[in-house]
This record gives sequence, structure tokens and C-alpha cells, in this order.
Amino acid sequence: MVWRGMSQPKAISLISGGLDSLLATKVTMDQGVHVEGINFYTGFCVEGHTHAIRKQDKAKPKRNNALWVAETLGIKLHIIDIVEEYKDILLNPKHGYGANMNPCLDCKIFMVHKAQQWINENGFDFIITGEVVGQRPMSQRKETMPIISRESGAEDRLLRPLSAKNLPPTLAEREGWIKRDQLYGFNGRNRKPQMELAEHFGFTDYAKPAGGCCFLTDENYSAKLVDLWQARGHRDYEMDDIMLLKVGRHIRPSNHFKLIIGREEGENKFLQGYTKTYTSIKTTSHAGPLTLIDGVANDADLELAARITARFSQGKNEDSVTVETRRQNGETQLLNVKPLSADDIKQEWYV
Amino acid sequence: MSHHQLDARRMFCPMPVIRTQNKIKELHPGDTLEIVCTDPGALSDIPAWCRINGHTVLEMHEHNDEVFLTIEVCEEI
Ligand code: SF4
Repeated sequence: MVWRGMSQPKAISLISGGLDSLLATKVTMDQGVHVEGINFYTGFCVEGHTHAIRKQDKAKPKRNNALWVAETLGIKLHIIDIVEEYKDILLNPKHGYGANMNPCLDCKIFMVHKAQQWINENGFDFIITGEVVGQRPMSQRKETMPIISRESGAEDRLLRPLSAKNLPPTLAEREGWIKRDQLYGFNGRNRKPQMELAEHFGFTDYAKPAGGCCFLTDENYSAKLVDLWQARGHRDYEMDDIMLLKVGRHIRPSNHFKLIIGREEGENKFLQGYTKTYTSIKTTSHAGPLTLIDGVANDADLELAARITARFSQGKNEDSVTVETRRQNGETQLLNVKPLSADDIKQEWYV
Repeated sequence: MSHHQLDARRMFCPMPVIRTQNKIKELHPGDTLEIVCTDPGALSDIPAWCRINGHTVLEMHEHNDEVFLTIEVCEEI
């Protein structure tokens, strides 16, 4: 399209790496708009991390889906680190949490707000997202769409190309930057219209993450996060906490300490990097996991932790397994312990 | 033209990509940037980011669980 007498409109598109933002961007580009992508990294994105840690996943080709979307569409992608600012969103969400610890509505408002700041700084005209009315029980409902537009400050500079026909016209449509009749009216949880549109555009290799792309929507992960806050007596976290919650078996025999036990070689290696900041245990007489102790463990606690660690080693059925414990100050000690029986590891200890 | 280095070890993707992106904003066309990472995901993510943004990966290799990439900064496309 040639923009006679006016400059080509510019939009920034929130790219998550999933199908909806891919389609919303493509639909907008096809109307002659210059689009660039923006992707926010909260620290809880599934993207990358666990694939890098777990050895068994290393064989699978790994890609960052947001980068893949940008490359497929031939657009630039700006990846923004919002780890620090995101803490306040997660800890104090004005609109509350979804089914797990996911503060989706506040999160969306914040991301659109950041995109709004970005367009102001970079001379862009409007923002697009892949949101679809009725698709998500918390953040993508008909009532939440205007809340996101209003509270983010984007107001009518926010366009949802896949669901635009269910919503009032926005600035982009009124200004003629976008033809409303070439937008869509997708609605609800049915993914078929998106899949048909993907087929129409010839997109086949798009990401279909089984558990979503954010750890906060995961029940097990959320339970570990809540457990961490309860045990510490305050709600806060650092990047290392977020990372460690993604790795290993977490067993809490007591409120004041828990074990993080590597489940395979890749995880053991990852946990090894934390042995200067956490007390650790590893089996020496038999092949076995590396365990980190989160919290303050006295000698009796350490012996219990050693027996639990031995339970997950190849010596689990032996009378005695030798483990090396290592305090943060580097002090090491060898202990011979009897592995705890499976029945003695109480079910409620598993976080 | 100058040569720069970036240590992105013990960071997980996409952090090495974000650090690369932010560092390159400070550099000029013709400058080179050498990045060292420990997440092998950087071997696919940093080149993908470079292709999108028009920068050239001059060299990359793995050594002792570390990943090294050298990028030449090009004019923004
Ligand atoms: S799932 Fe919810 S909390 Fe997680 S990134 Fe998406 S909108 Fe934000």
C-alpha cells in the first residue's frame, strides 16, 4: 500500500511467541502498516530456561519463539527486561490472581503501559496485541478489554486485530490506518479460527506450548512460590529464587529448611553453581543427586537431609551411603547415613 | 572501530540476548562485540536476533561448556 501524502503508520506489536500475536501482527502488516515487535521478559517465562538446564531436553532443537515469530514475519524485535518492575505486579496485583499465581490482568495492563511509553519515545502510532475476547477466563474477557486500554494509558491506541469487530473502533481504524472490515471478530476459547487463519497464511511451525508460556499459570510452580513465601515469612523474591523453583524436586521436612534435589545430570550441574551460596549435599559412595538446602539447617536437619538425598541415590536400598555435606563457607564433612525409606518421606513434605 | 566484550555467563536466555541488544545500542557500525555465555541456547538465539536486526555473526564456538560469539555491528536495518 502507498500512503499518499501521509507517512506510513507505525505500530508496535506485543509478541509473546504464540500463534495469536503472530497472526495479529501479520494481519496488521498486510494492511501496509510498519510493525515492530516488543517482547517482555518477566523472569517467569518458560522460554529457554528449563530447556537449557535439563540435559534430556538439550537434544531437542531449542528456539526462542518470540525471535522465531519476528524472523518469520521479517520484523524487528525489542526484548525488554522487566524482571525488577514485575515484582510489584506479582506481589501486589490490584486485580488479583488467576487460577494460580498468575496476575494476568495486571500483567497485561503493565505490558501495554510499557508499550505505550515505547511508542511515545519512538514516534509510533499505535499498539497491537493478539488478544481475543473470551479466550482467557481472567484477562481476555469482554469486560477486561476496556480496563486494559484505560488503565495502561493506551486508551484507543490499542488495537486487537483478531477481535476488533467485537470491540468499538480504535484510533487506527478511525484515522484510516487500518481498514476495520479487514480485521476479525474472533470470540471465545475455540482455537479453530486462528488455526484456519494460520493455514491461510502458510504458518505451520508455530509454537503450541502445552502448559502455556508462563510459569505462573503452572499449579506446581505456584505452589512452590507460595511455600517459599510462607517459609520465609515475607513475600519477596530474587532472580535466583525464581530459577531454583524451576529445578529439581523440592522437599520441605520442616518450615525452616527445604531440600532442592537434582533429578538428572543437567539439573545437578545447574545446582552445582549455587554451592557457594547454599549448603549442599552429594553422595560419594554411590551415584546420586546434588541437593541444596534452602534455609538454616542444624546438624540434625543436615543428617535428615543427607538421608533423604541418599534415598534418591543408587544406594537407596543399602544400609549405608556416604555423603559429603558442604556449608556455604566451604567447610565439608563426610557422613555415613542410612537412606530414608520411601514411606518415611512424608507425602506432605513434597512441595 | 573498536572491539568490546560482554560477559553473559550464568545467565539464561533470553538474558544474554537482552544484554547483547542493549550493549549494541551503545556501539557503532563496524565495532565488534565478543560475548561469552554459558547457556547454549545463545548459539541459536543471538544469531536469530542478529539476523532480525541486520548484524553479522563473525564467529561462534563452544569450549568447556562456554559459548563464544563475535558480532560485527552493522547499520540498523
Ligand atoms: S500468563 Fe498471565 S501473568 Fe504470565 S505473562 Fe501471560 S499475562 Fe502475564
